[in-house]
Amino acid sequence: MNSIPIARTAMRAQPRSNLRSRRVGQAVAFALLWLAGLSAVVALLAVSGYIISRGLPLIDRDFLLTRPRGGLGGEGGISTTIVTTLYLVLLTIGVATPLGVGAAIYLAEYAGETESGFLSRLVGLARLGVETLAGVPSIIFGLFGFALFVSALHFGFSLLSAGLAGACLILPVIIRASEEALLAVPRSYREGSLALGATKWQTTWQVVLPAAAPGIITGIVLSVGRVVSETAVFYVTLGGSLRAPSSLLSGGRTMALHVYYLAMETRAFDKAMATGAVLIVTMVLINAVINLLSRRLSAGMRG
Amino acid sequence: MIRIETIDYSLFYRDFRALRQVTIQIPANQITAIIGPSGCGKSTFLRTFNRMNDLIPGVRTEGRVLLDGQDIFQMDPVELRRKVGMVFQKPNPFPKSIFDNVAYGPRAHGLHDHARLAEIVERSLRDAALWDEVKDDLGKSALALSGGQQQRLCIARALAVQPEVILMDEPASALDPIATLRIEELIQVLKEKYTIVIVTHNMQQAARVSDSTAFFMMDEQRAGYLVEFGPTRQLFTNPQHKQTEDYITGRFG
Repeated sequence: MNSIPIARTAMRAQPRSNLRSRRVGQAVAFALLWLAGLSAVVALLAVSGYIISRGLPLIDRDFLLTRPRGGLGGEGGISTTIVTTLYLVLLTIGVATPLGVGAAIYLAEYAGETESGFLSRLVGLARLGVETLAGVPSIIFGLFGFALFVSALHFGFSLLSAGLAGACLILPVIIRASEEALLAVPRSYREGSLALGATKWQTTWQVVLPAAAPGIITGIVLSVGRVVSETAVFYVTLGGSLRAPSSLLSGGRTMALHVYYLAMETRAFDKAMATGAVLIVTMVLINAVINLLSRRLSAGMRG
Repeated sequence: MIRIETIDYSLFYRDFRALRQVTIQIPANQITAIIGPSGCGKSTFLRTFNRMNDLIPGVRTEGRVLLDGQDIFQMDPVELRRKVGMVFQKPNPFPKSIFDNVAYGPRAHGLHDHARLAEIVERSLRDAALWDEVKDDLGKSALALSGGQQQRLCIARALAVQPEVILMDEPASALDPIATLRIEELIQVLKEKYTIVIVTHNMQQAARVSDSTAFFMMDEQRAGYLVEFGPTRQLFTNPQHKQTEDYITGRFG
């Protein structure tokens, strides 16, 4: 009986004695994390603030709506580069989305079922390939696109070459995002659907895919960002024509490429800044629109 | 009349035998409860009847399982699952509207006429005792319903394809007592039209709702087997086996 009160005080004394040091630890951790968060925001604001403040004075209706005329002074606006960027985004996303989502559906829904050892090794190889491709520098995709589409297939410096090379670049992004989104769909949805006598494909198409849609859309948005900001791939596949492309087989330059050319080959550094500012605003807008879309989509389902 | 019959049915998971030579005859239009300790294979046994175990790689079976005298392993699983519906442990409505949840099955089987679908949805929701609560917002997301309502929606969803058998895998274990009571009352009504097989870890529930009870145990190799099967009243008041008696009196399990 005597030992119980002693044990109690001992138990009580211990937490009280280290409470102070734990509080200090908490305060320090909070301060460091807050600082990290703050510096990230400051760095972001500094970069975009600098570019926008230097570029913004040059942006007006004319800048956006006239075509670039080239030359050392970087005369003219950026209208054709905006059009080319838009075409290229549509083309790459249009090619890569069905392929990427299809591959992700196979990997997430069907690959696990296979009994054959050879096929499952093949699937493992495909997964490894996707992981590796996601980390390959974009200029490598550019070289590949140049060798295959521009040279071997004689597509030349064109929207088609750039679109296909760009699709290769974003394919791993879309596959990974889609596969993760599909794997995050609860198994109970699949079981519920199959138990009603739906086929595997009906289950995938009508239950699993809609539930994974917000994650898949996020992957597509990321890819749009990749395409809009990419230069290396398009430098060696799209050429640098100042004109708006008139067909799949004509070249052009995207906004990001235009920034590169202006900065490296002209004295119009301010125009590069202005184009960069337009790029930044474009990215912000894309993200905002798609965020809204995916939030509305998932909110509609959660009720 | 016998609805489902298993003869020397065994199930293996790779080299591991999960069920050992189960022979049972499940009567039509009755509620049959399956009870037993955790891990005795009662859920696995239940999932045999709509071949949900097919989804698990490495599963192999021996023996025969008959639905209305027909070997279910000879049937197309998609067709089998239309006849043998299932309600799961955790309510699993799809992230769709209430209407679309109930209409999902009929649509999957090729019915797209809206008037017919609306009719089926209403009848199924009425049969699942949910119609009065949701009739004004069928377009609302099913995920906005309470847990008990969601489970009744899942029952309605299963009823919509007009199955012969409804399998229930601990359908009330995730629900509060009042919602549980409503489900139990509902099951009582449903047995007039359907054959119901319910797995439960709750012996009181088995005693309350079922007409027949099957008691499962596992042997030294952890394989599940059927110890005793009979009218619920008899099994609970006058068990024929010592193991059954030990289990229902709470001396074990």
